[in-house]
Amino acid sequence: MLGRIYALVLKEFLALLKDKRARFVLIGPPLIQLMVFGYAATFDLKNVPYAVYNEDRGSAARELLADFDGATSFTPVAQITHESEIAPLVDGKQVLMVIHAGPNFSAELAAGRPAPLQVIVDGRNSNTAMLAINDASVIVDRFNTAWAAAHGGSPPPAHIEMRAWFNPNLESRWFFLPGIVGILTLLLTMLVTALSVAREREQGTFDQLLVTPLRPVEILIGKTLPGFLIGMAEASVIMLAAVFWFKVPLLGSLLTLYTGIALFLLSGVGVGLMISSFAATQQQGLLGAFIFMVPAIILSGFATPIRNMPLLVQDITLFNPMRYFLLVLRGVFLEGMPFHLLIPQFWPMALIGVTAFGIAGWLFRHRMY
Amino acid sequence: MRLRGLIRKEFLQIVRDPSSIAIAFLMPIFLLLLFGYGVSLDSEHIPLALVVEQPNTDTADFSAEFDHSKYFVTSYYASTRDAEQAMMAGRVNAIVVLRQDFASTLRRGDSAPIQLIVNGVDANTGRIISGYVQGAWGSWLAHAAQKRGEVLQVPVQMQQRVWFNSELRSRNFLVPGLVAVIMTLIGALLTAMVMSREWERGTMEALLVTPLSMREVIIGKLLPYFILGMGGLVLAVGMSLFLFEVPLRGSLWVLFVASALFLVTALSMGLLISTVARSQFVAGLIALIATFLPAFLLSGFIFDIGSMPTVVQVITHIVAARYYVAILQTVFLAGNVWDVILPNALALLLLATVFLGLTWRNARKRLE
Repeated sequence: MLGRIYALVLKEFLALLKDKRARFVLIGPPLIQLMVFGYAATFDLKNVPYAVYNEDRGSAARELLADFDGATSFTPVAQITHESEIAPLVDGKQVLMVIHAGPNFSAELAAGRPAPLQVIVDGRNSNTAMLAINDASVIVDRFNTAWAAAHGGSPPPAHIEMRAWFNPNLESRWFFLPGIVGILTLLLTMLVTALSVAREREQGTFDQLLVTPLRPVEILIGKTLPGFLIGMAEASVIMLAAVFWFKVPLLGSLLTLYTGIALFLLSGVGVGLMISSFAATQQQGLLGAFIFMVPAIILSGFATPIRNMPLLVQDITLFNPMRYFLLVLRGVFLEGMPFHLLIPQFWPMALIGVTAFGIAGWLFRHRMY
Repeated sequence: MRLRGLIRKEFLQIVRDPSSIAIAFLMPIFLLLLFGYGVSLDSEHIPLALVVEQPNTDTADFSAEFDHSKYFVTSYYASTRDAEQAMMAGRVNAIVVLRQDFASTLRRGDSAPIQLIVNGVDANTGRIISGYVQGAWGSWLAHAAQKRGEVLQVPVQMQQRVWFNSELRSRNFLVPGLVAVIMTLIGALLTAMVMSREWERGTMEALLVTPLSMREVIIGKLLPYFILGMGGLVLAVGMSLFLFEVPLRGSLWVLFVASALFLVTALSMGLLISTVARSQFVAGLIALIATFLPAFLLSGFIFDIGSMPTVVQVITHIVAARYYVAILQTVFLAGNVWDVILPNALALLLLATVFLGLTWRNARKRLE
């Protein structure tokens, strides 16, 4: 039995890697994508272009605007002198934000009355807009505290002391990079498995495989191992890059991490093979891979929290292996979660994997053309 | 005339393998429904632990702010340790602690500390929570001042005005972005396999010995899928407007012209993929890699392109979805701003020309 499986695994590897293009496609892009996406996926604003509309001649407005100038989130790109200049700048996306201090800004402030600072934000991307408002209000708050201290105002009766666990500087890249490791691992398993059976069906070689002495279980194992091994190897490389290049902390144990990866690969390869054995043509296989992969990523909690989804969609995510894998990755990487706390994530992935394999094996026999 | 024959053949192929029709019509419905409802960045009902070590009237006023906030679901814990355990287990995302001496410090006139601990793993949510807690704190201070018959004095008052989306409803920008992502998938999926299938089965050579020129072959391959894709697009736009109630402030015809342009670009990319790859297998692999993830992560759909490092910003220029996302978000939310629409439309045109040119060259070279 082992000999037969070995022969099949060897054949699968050859089929995957003998084509120069296929070889390149499997090895090159995941690494390139890690680099590009690793830098692209962040909610930390940098150099947001803004325009200054300062009608005030006093020093207070200048000081406050200097604080904006010094912040890494913002870069001033225009000084305007008239209200009519605002709309074209914002509409044409030259600036994302306009800061407007009225003519009496410094005078009001000196007189102890509230001085309004108008901030106009382009809301076309409401998330970026909200982040920009947050960053701006942090700058204004800091200015207020300093102003009150310097001008003898009483401090507020209570103040907030904030601490962030696991990610003290709240760097969003730490949150996204483990997610990207997960996404690329999923992509890879889809690449290796989704077309494997479909291609043999289309070319008619799958029937030949079925009439060999190989049993369906053996075919299943033979089809699984290459995806599993390639996935393991590339996931390891991607994680090395995340830790050593992007400096994401890895606090938990490798054993826990690899348990998670193995179970995820099991479910991913299982679903891939299921799709592939259901498809009659490669085009259908590709379609199936997308129909699974796109929701699996968008509804995994990668960029938008699952908590924000309607309850029905939250229930659907329970069938999504990515959901569990992301929790494992973030838990092990950033929180150093121990093995036993992650068991609630481990068993659903195992269950999804086993079910998918069962269906795939059944389809081998019962879907004939 | 010759062209008509080829187009007829493509249509027959489409009808006989229903997966193309499924791609064009079922995919946009299915994906938009799932994501339009599922994807939201508006954080509400964040589970928060409140630890009040010594409850009294002062702390009651403070916790009332949290009970009434729509952003938080507050649960009370007896001690900081219990709350920390709840956060470890993922039951709450943040902890607010009022120490034993909170009220007495407050009465003495010293600034009493309010401790806020957030789970920083999801840094974005962490920051949103901190903003909301600040807000609750501010309105608590204002209420307290009001009770004393005073008005709270803040030196600089930030007044924010958000244009185009004043309620910051994240669906308004996510749905147009999703339309771009979905159309990228549809465009590439429809054509990615088309030429490689002909090469793989050897029918391409049969096609080439007919009097059809290469240009006619490409048009014949593009046109049927363009019609299918436009059908899917009409569905997607209709759903955005009527189901998700995204306002359309620009004009419909600009939207459709830009979309047609984008669809041609996406289809040409698919054709290029299927010409470069010699087999359907490799074409499928490239389509999986080159379409969805770049459109999702590098288009400005969720992540702000301006905040990316310069090298990555340069790379985003070859992602067609980037231009389409900019056009869609502008036409839907801001109106016909030609300063945004024209450059992006030109970029799409350029990309389409490059893709088609490369397809043409590659397909011709193959003959030798």
